[in-house]
Amino acid sequence: MNNPTGGVVFDQVSKRYGNVTAVDNVSFTIEGATLVTLLGPSGCGKTTTLRMVAGLEAITSGRVLIGGQDVSRRSAAERDVSMVFQSYALFPHMNVLENVSYGPQSDGTPRAQAEAMAADKLKMLGLSGMEKRLPSELSGGQQQRVAVARSLVLEPAVLLFDEPLSNLDAKLRRRVRQEIRELQQSLRLTVLYVTHDQEEALAVSDRIIVMDRGRIAQQGTPDELYERPASRFLADFIGDANLVDGEVVPQGGGLAFKANDFAAPVRVQGLQPGPATLALRPHQLQLRPPGDGMLQGRCLRSAYLGSRQELVVDTPWGELLVFDPVVRPRHEPGDAVGLAFDPGAAIVLPR
Amino acid sequence: MLAAACALALLWLLGSGFAAGVTASAFTVWHYLALLALTVLFARALARCGAFIGDATVSSIVVTIAALLGLFIFFPVGKALLAAVLDNQGRFAPGLAAERLLAPDIWGLGCFGGGTQCGVAINSVLLATIVGFGTTLIGLVMALAAQRGGQRFSGLYRVMAVLPIVTPPFVIALALVVLFGRTGLITGWLDTLFGIPRTRWIYGLTGVTLAQLLSFTPIAFMILSGALAAVSPSLEEAAQTLRASRARVFRTVTWPLLRPALANSFLLGFVESLADFGNPVVLAGNYEVLSTKIFFAVAGAQHEPGRAAALATVLLLFTLVAFWLQQRWLGKASYVSVSGKGDTGLPAPLPDGMRKACVGFAVAWVVFTLACYAVILVGGFVKDIGRGDMTPVIAHFRDGFGIEWRDGAPAFTGSAWDSFFTTVQVAAIAAPLTAAIGLLAAYVITRQQFAGRGAFEFLTMVAFAVPGTVIGVAYIVAFNVPPIELTGGLAILILCFVFRNMPVGVRAGIAALAQIDKSLDEASATLRASTWRTLTQVVLPLLKPAIVATLIFSFTHAMTAVSAVIFLATAKYNLATVYIIGRVEAGEYPLAIAYSTVLIVFMLAVVLLLQRFTGSVRIGRRTPAELVTGH
Repeated sequence: MNNPTGGVVFDQVSKRYGNVTAVDNVSFTIEGATLVTLLGPSGCGKTTTLRMVAGLEAITSGRVLIGGQDVSRRSAAERDVSMVFQSYALFPHMNVLENVSYGPQSDGTPRAQAEAMAADKLKMLGLSGMEKRLPSELSGGQQQRVAVARSLVLEPAVLLFDEPLSNLDAKLRRRVRQEIRELQQSLRLTVLYVTHDQEEALAVSDRIIVMDRGRIAQQGTPDELYERPASRFLADFIGDANLVDGEVVPQGGGLAFKANDFAAPVRVQGLQPGPATLALRPHQLQLRPPGDGMLQGRCLRSAYLGSRQELVVDTPWGELLVFDPVVRPRHEPGDAVGLAFDPGAAIVLPR
Repeated sequence: MLAAACALALLWLLGSGFAAGVTASAFTVWHYLALLALTVLFARALARCGAFIGDATVSSIVVTIAALLGLFIFFPVGKALLAAVLDNQGRFAPGLAAERLLAPDIWGLGCFGGGTQCGVAINSVLLATIVGFGTTLIGLVMALAAQRGGQRFSGLYRVMAVLPIVTPPFVIALALVVLFGRTGLITGWLDTLFGIPRTRWIYGLTGVTLAQLLSFTPIAFMILSGALAAVSPSLEEAAQTLRASRARVFRTVTWPLLRPALANSFLLGFVESLADFGNPVVLAGNYEVLSTKIFFAVAGAQHEPGRAAALATVLLLFTLVAFWLQQRWLGKASYVSVSGKGDTGLPAPLPDGMRKACVGFAVAWVVFTLACYAVILVGGFVKDIGRGDMTPVIAHFRDGFGIEWRDGAPAFTGSAWDSFFTTVQVAAIAAPLTAAIGLLAAYVITRQQFAGRGAFEFLTMVAFAVPGTVIGVAYIVAFNVPPIELTGGLAILILCFVFRNMPVGVRAGIAALAQIDKSLDEASATLRASTWRTLTQVVLPLLKPAIVATLIFSFTHAMTAVSAVIFLATAKYNLATVYIIGRVEAGEYPLAIAYSTVLIVFMLAVVLLLQRFTGSVRIGRRTPAELVTGH
């Protein structure tokens, strides 16, 4: 906050435990006043990366810069970062005020002043009146906010979140993630956020870094990642996708995707003929009355979800998941349907 | 209706037994079977009436265990304490009782003024306080070294966790005499090398303190090691990211979270020291403590059961207060982690100077402890280590454990065989009984809701607070007259071990059951399984580690116990430890040492075999390697 332009630079960092490489030559930059998410499946190295920024894990090779300074060899206590832990890690033997004023007091700030700073942040997070409570006397959501207040009070150059919503229930999760995003934007905080939930990542991030097996699979804005995934893994990991293996072939002057003797035109920049995988988002598939030149199929299962129907349709391209925003008339198992999609919006991945 | 009838029958059977008094014949096996049957019937009838939510199994378990505890803990202890207020003719004598209980040789404070001795109670409490603080401090240093001091000496620390399990309580005292006694090895070296005169300094408070510190530090180490491992690393990491230095992390987070365990460790050291008999009997010299004084009041030249009872009352009072404090503070003071989920991370490293100091001290202490064991191991194979005669001989083993071949069959001619076989037999019978009763009690305490559950739990644990010496006196007083006449037999030894060690089974069971999700039981119950089937098919297999732990504990404790059984062992049914103490008192150190070696080696073999045979079961704990790569 003192230095909103200063971000984090992660320069060719690796982390090895014996023979296991947890993080493999990873580089990225976090601009000041942005929220960047590390997203990936369990064991992909995202938490290790976050902990290396915090200084809780030593890096094996590479450099970590915070606010332009090389902090690779500094301990967690010496770095201008603070962290919201997955378990919140509130000190169970201290009350809320003692928890939140712990950081400034570590810095040598006199107690009265530290408590004033803490009270200020507690007020900002709507926790006034809770000062004397023990963490065990708070609800899950309140504990989470105390943890955020405790990290904010030091006004760190970088704020780290390690799966901060995983201990909250689904309804609360949506609200709290909005609160975190609003806080980040209004205070112009630099935030690195770890999650395995792709929807959460899409909702809060300026940029997303997707990790897979210790490497960066792709980074970009949420819409870039959703609309132009770079690989089969990414198309499947972010959002739902029907993945069809086939090949790109010339057809009538343009190109078409062909699998199992059925071809449909695709118009994607820089596309070359050859083996490919087509990724179709369920909402991109539109239901039509069956007709010639259209992907034809038979409805296998259907479910009514209020805002949409979800169908599984058996087609020459395999069983495809379809989200149909039109809920009436209902499609029943056994109905013959046709499927169409926008050739310009198709995602074709090299195979 | 049935319940009332059963209760009446029980009362009649017990009542007629006791009413007939010393003149009548003692209960036979058939009487005991009838008592048991009536108790179970009574319990089932209670369940029929709606108690225990109508569950006959739970009802039977609770009522039977409570009845057993009543008969074998509360009845004898109560009767023994009553002896403190009766005169030699068995008449109520409040004046005499007050005189006994307030005697100056119990409460005297002379040693603080200078010159004269303090009373035994003051002596005992002083010793116990020093030992409580000492074991806690050394245990903490060792736990810090083991958990946070790096991997270098991890094997060494683990030895500390196994040794006390297989060690009879007086072994350390024996080793200290051999090392530091007037003719001891180190005393001798100091005399010849530096001209430091030989003295008897090891006999008295110093020696007993040292022996008890060496004996009980491993327990403090295990408690504090566990507590340190349970401090959530993410709390320490959070403090680090909040700019706290290593020293501040330790002072403001680690230390406060350890405080309940520190209190626990102190109280346990305190109680262990009070109840210890083996070390003082060898080393105390003129420094009299309660446990030995009780023994000599019963077994000494002047037979004074009333005085023994008064002393036992005082000792029991102390341990009960310590036990009550432990239950009271620690029940509330333990910090449950706020949320169990996703607690990964690395524990904070210690400040550098502190780490070096801890590791240095811990290693030195372990080496000292191991030196004591080495003395015992070597001592059996040399002529007389107690007088520094190191000529190698195997005569001691031949005396104790000689086997001759006569008429095509082996004859166990060694003098120690009888007591050894009796000990193994008693331990082997007591161990499974202890485990069964303890785990059943743990199951109903953790898994069933019934009125009086808290009281039942307290009842099962209170037996733990009764020192062995008190139990020994109590059994002598209560069970040497009809209707329940057991003294001099094998059964009383077994019963003594079962009910003394049962609380450990209960604790182990409660701890293990707490880790097994209750929904498993409920799943089983909704699948139409009876309580009994749930217990045997679902809970028991998951409890295997606790069962093994309890078996090992009760077996080894039955092999190594001294304080209670020294009152109960007889020439016909002698026990290993009692035999060894006898040799020590007769000054036959080499045989005592050789026998101790055999005991330690035998128990190590049994423990390893049991662990091997049953395999070790791991439930849901991630290894550090998995932790750091997770997520």
